[in-house]
Amino acid sequence: MEVNGLKLELGYIFIKDIQFAEKSKVENGTLYVNKEEVKAIILEDQNFKSADVELAKPGESVRIMPVKDVIEPRVKVEGPGGIFPGMVSKVETVGSGKTNVLKGAAVITTGKIVGFQEGIIDMTGPGAEYTPFSQTNNLVLVCEPIESLKQHEHEKALRFAGYKVAMYLGELAKNMTPDQVDTFETPTLVEGIKMYPELPRVAYVCMLQSQGLMHDTYVYGVDAKQTISTLIYPTEMMDGAIVSGNCVSACDKNTTYHHLNNPVVHDLFAEHGKTLNFVGVIITNENVYLADKERSSNWSAKLAEYLGVDGVIVSEEGFGNPDTDLIMNCKKIENKGIKTVLITDEYAGRDGTSQSLADADVRANAVVTGGNANEVIELPPMDKIIGHVEVADVIAGGFDGSLHADGSITAELQVITGATNEMGFNKLSAR
Amino acid sequence: MLKVVHYINQFFANVGGEEMAHIPAELREGNVGPGLAFQQAFGDEAQIVATIVCGDSYFNENMEEAQKTIINMVKELQPDLFIAGPAFNAGRYGVACGTIAKAVKDQLNIPVLTGMYKENPGADMFKTSLYVVSTKNSAAGMRDAVKKMAPLALKLAKGEKIGASSEEGYMPNGIRKNFFDTERGSKRAVKMLLSKLADKEFETEFPMPDFDRVAPNPAVKDITKAKIALVTSGGIVPKGNPDHIESSSASKYGKYDIDGVMDLTEATYETAHGGYDPVYANLDPDRVLPVDILREFEKQGKIGSLHRYFYTTVGNGTAVKSAKAFAAKFAQELKADGVDAVILTST
Repeated sequence: MEVNGLKLELGYIFIKDIQFAEKSKVENGTLYVNKEEVKAIILEDQNFKSADVELAKPGESVRIMPVKDVIEPRVKVEGPGGIFPGMVSKVETVGSGKTNVLKGAAVITTGKIVGFQEGIIDMTGPGAEYTPFSQTNNLVLVCEPIESLKQHEHEKALRFAGYKVAMYLGELAKNMTPDQVDTFETPTLVEGIKMYPELPRVAYVCMLQSQGLMHDTYVYGVDAKQTISTLIYPTEMMDGAIVSGNCVSACDKNTTYHHLNNPVVHDLFAEHGKTLNFVGVIITNENVYLADKERSSNWSAKLAEYLGVDGVIVSEEGFGNPDTDLIMNCKKIENKGIKTVLITDEYAGRDGTSQSLADADVRANAVVTGGNANEVIELPPMDKIIGHVEVADVIAGGFDGSLHADGSITAELQVITGATNEMGFNKLSAR
Repeated sequence: MLKVVHYINQFFANVGGEEMAHIPAELREGNVGPGLAFQQAFGDEAQIVATIVCGDSYFNENMEEAQKTIINMVKELQPDLFIAGPAFNAGRYGVACGTIAKAVKDQLNIPVLTGMYKENPGADMFKTSLYVVSTKNSAAGMRDAVKKMAPLALKLAKGEKIGASSEEGYMPNGIRKNFFDTERGSKRAVKMLLSKLADKEFETEFPMPDFDRVAPNPAVKDITKAKIALVTSGGIVPKGNPDHIESSSASKYGKYDIDGVMDLTEATYETAHGGYDPVYANLDPDRVLPVDILREFEKQGKIGSLHRYFYTTVGNGTAVKSAKAFAAKFAQELKADGVDAVILTST
């Protein structure tokens, strides 16, 4: 039966290796990259005075820092629009047709933007266990900004460099036959209810970091702090409708890679039509003003009620200030008689004895945690550093003396990109 | 081989039931009763060198005397580990196990372990100060209890790193510890939601704390006479961050003299905070710590005076417990310095 709504086929081309070569191409699971062409793409932006491109593969003794964003190369094969609509591609509604994915590859952008708010990716050793990007074949962009470039301009330039390079790599897979195809389909609300009348209806409330001053997320090119809570088909996210513009603690910011591969979306789809009816996604922001917080959480609760759902999963991004948004969403949605499960992480202090969140409520009785970001870890020295190691003492999670003479680092888990992800991307938890 | 001393009550020592609960503590060589199962689980890694048997009534009615006697016995033996119980759902036995284990830990500095049912009154009394393994509610759960307690006991005796409560089997003790679960968080969330929707039992991974609410003080009577201090979690520090306050998860606060400082400038101050774009705070640090305005107010007589020192830390990712400790310390100084009111700025 052909239904209305959105249906997307994700075609995975599995990438097991990455190498530099004369000609960029994908062959037998290896991604070959012409370094000069990638450099030229970066240097299209006059805000960069120089660019370098490096490779980092799983198991190598390599430390990448400071990391800003991670992006998965994808390409639209069939259907309207292109990847990253409203940002790079035209602002067409995406999420249907076919999209090819270089699964196992990633573009990593680096640079000292704020100094504090970028992360570390280790490709081997204990640190590698905490970040999903130790498992991907990475093309690392080292872009040096011109003098006098203001931080927010640097952030923007680096953000676009990442998208453009990821799209350039994605394009290589446009005419390829995928190794595996997964189909994701969301019918309209009415049709969904008719299809699965007996199943509980579930929505996903995806909170987007929007505190401003470079704590920003973009939806179809719009800064999320200027949006009101709204609805989005989950497959739109798979085509890059939501992207990260964040400079914020590395462990629990959602990189663009996370948005493309949102694990809550994938795990809800896995149960869709079996144990639940996955109705769709409500996106809501995390602004700093109280009135904004009240308005956005009012709207997410109102939309959940309007969709007639029985339950929602709410994922947070960031910590501290957004804890209040998380608890407001929880309280207001529970007050509508809709059951909630929250995904967060914790700041329980280095010894784990502190109160973990900045806000709390008895209605938040079902919480999944991505772990205590304050827990201290030891990162041994690596043979190769891509980027700047000296920021270890000042990045969020580092402290005076974090960086030792031998190149090893003692720091809080906070420093590792994606370590305590609040979409539930990882297995890490805490008790 | 590691030496273990085991504490059990009269019932598990096969001395008798309630009618024998009055017997005072006695020392026996080797393992007794449930000690055999522990000994088997330890293999040749550890040996129960002695078992202390004490009646539940005796212990609870003569707590001081009983503790003294038992401590002396344990001191003599110098074990690497002290195990008490498991007590399952026996209330007085649970309290005895917790009390004596805590005494051994505190007074002799020897690692200790006990086990009991979650509803045993001893559980709530001791789970935050000791490793208390969660057991079934009756002695029928002995095998299960030994299976959980023996490996944890060996780890404790060897001084190894102890994992999260859910991995090791002890009751959550308020100390949050990371571990790798078998499924990713999103999958766990979907499962939890399905259970919640079906009104089935589920266990939250993070029980909500009792939130600390602070009632505001009464208003300042006469602000024109008041001595005002500035305190911030926005990370404003003298240029160069002399005390190296961390950009996130601050372990300290700074106290800085602003005697004669009329205005904070880009040349003299900056923010150490890693949670926001520092551009605007660095251009004019008064935006976060309004010294300039307060100096104007001071001149115009709108406030009495601006306190000579400001206190500053970074709120970003800083544990509530640390923040509380900082404030408890400098609040005493503010009081001693005769400060009437504080303006707290955040970011």
